[in-house]
Amino acid sequence: MMTRAAIIVCWVMAIGLALFLLVPLLVIAAASFSPTPVFDLPLTGASTRWYGRIGRLDGFWPSLLLSLQIALFSTAISLVCGTLAAIAIARGKLPGAGIFATALVSPLMMPGLVLGIALLQGFRAVGFTAPWATLLVAHLVITLPYVARTMIAGLSRFDFTLIEAARTLGCTYPGSVLRVMVPALAPSFLIAGIFSFLASFDNYPVSIFLADVRTKTLPIRMLQYIEEAPDPTLAALSTLILLGTVILLFVSDRVVGLHRMAGTSD
Amino acid sequence: MTEAALPAPVTAPAVDRERLTAIGFVLPSFVIIAGVFALPLVLLLGVSVVDANGLTFAHYKRLLGTPYYLGVIWNSLRLGLLTTLIAFLISYPAAFALARARGALRAILLATLFLPLAASVIVKAFAWTILLRSDGIVNETLIALGVIEDPIRMIFTETALIVGAVNIFLPFMILPIYAIVAQLDPRYAEAASTLGASPVVTFFHVILPLTLPGIIAGVALVFSLSVSAYVVPTLLIGEKYPTLATTIAKAYLLAREPGFGAAAGVVLLGIAIAVVALSARLSREPK
Repeated sequence: MMTRAAIIVCWVMAIGLALFLLVPLLVIAAASFSPTPVFDLPLTGASTRWYGRIGRLDGFWPSLLLSLQIALFSTAISLVCGTLAAIAIARGKLPGAGIFATALVSPLMMPGLVLGIALLQGFRAVGFTAPWATLLVAHLVITLPYVARTMIAGLSRFDFTLIEAARTLGCTYPGSVLRVMVPALAPSFLIAGIFSFLASFDNYPVSIFLADVRTKTLPIRMLQYIEEAPDPTLAALSTLILLGTVILLFVSDRVVGLHRMAGTSD
Repeated sequence: MTEAALPAPVTAPAVDRERLTAIGFVLPSFVIIAGVFALPLVLLLGVSVVDANGLTFAHYKRLLGTPYYLGVIWNSLRLGLLTTLIAFLISYPAAFALARARGALRAILLATLFLPLAASVIVKAFAWTILLRSDGIVNETLIALGVIEDPIRMIFTETALIVGAVNIFLPFMILPIYAIVAQLDPRYAEAASTLGASPVVTFFHVILPLTLPGIIAGVALVFSLSVSAYVVPTLLIGEKYPTLATTIAKAYLLAREPGFGAAAGVVLLGIAIAVVALSARLSREPK
């Protein structure tokens, strides 16, 4: 009796949670088709005119380009550095590997805003003030922990003796890495890349302290639009970003399976 | 001398070379973490206690000695505590249902967790501002249903803040719990009930301790995210609920008081480090 009640509670919570999580996404999508400028839900008639206005938002294109550049470059650099570090940590030949692994993922638990002001002070102290370059370097600290965490977890399940086995069977060393290690780690690599790209693309608390009037990332620009003059154009832009995220998740689910991202092995 | 000593010079450089390769592999990451993370945080600590006249604790006295700023610190902690508590109460039972789900249902439930996780925080907070406006959907639905006659003020209240924060940080609570619950061997609970334990006893003595690592991970993550949230309070409650995060931003972006902002940052950093240390300690303890 009690167990059955508990199971019902669990299901009610799970379905309630799923609906609650979807609410803001559905609202944004619905509001983007608002027939009037005041976020009416399209009950009386839908309008797609707000989508046409996205490109005319003040400073939209440079901000989109900047955010894409920073996210792509920082993710690429972090994927290389983080994967190398994860390999060294997983091989167990590194003194103090455990401490270093903790240090690598620790920025995830630190307040972004504090990192932002610390970097602002630090960069100023050494005279490093070019906004584009400071944003890129700062975003390395945002993306590296995601890569390190995912790759360390992925490599902990990888058996390094497989490389030796491949070499015994006649593969060259680069060949065995390419044909044994790369396919085994590809899912972790993809997940690490997606999450670090999204973390950089969405970052506000660090970027806000490094941006200047001419160099503003998309999240900074969006918060500015929301505070100044929110209208359904922003909902349309948000819907497009969501759509991009849905496609990214859908493709990665086809390739590696979403349950892997949840950290379960089956 | 000759034969016995021969292997040593051959293997020693091999070990050295492996260790050197390992150090070479971690070097780029080490440079990033040390130079762009650890060092700037140490510098921030310096900025918070040094001004033109030398060493000073004036910023900390202002933070920890005035009722207004103690209220600011409490606001941050309150936001963190309430968000974490509510997110936990929803996530814990839901994780068990998620772990039992199979096939298409599991795929749909996981997708509803990942999509909001991947969606921009600003987009989600913006959605809540639309929802909770006085002429927004929640009010109009309540009026249409006859629950209320006049729109109630929801945006820029603490309720709006907590609802938004729980909504945005929920996935960080349920995912670590789900990861543990999904690996839970049902035979433990079966064994307990076979041995005569009631469901309540089984829950508190078997299931809860086994899922504790997931709870600790989720609680630590959600608390450290919500206690330092900036976008959520800025959009959903604004000026009347100042937190450490909004105080830091104001000190740097508007008031140009880097010393004071740095001190507030160090306090927030201290809270974050305390949470990490506590969760590491708790998850290391034997069950």
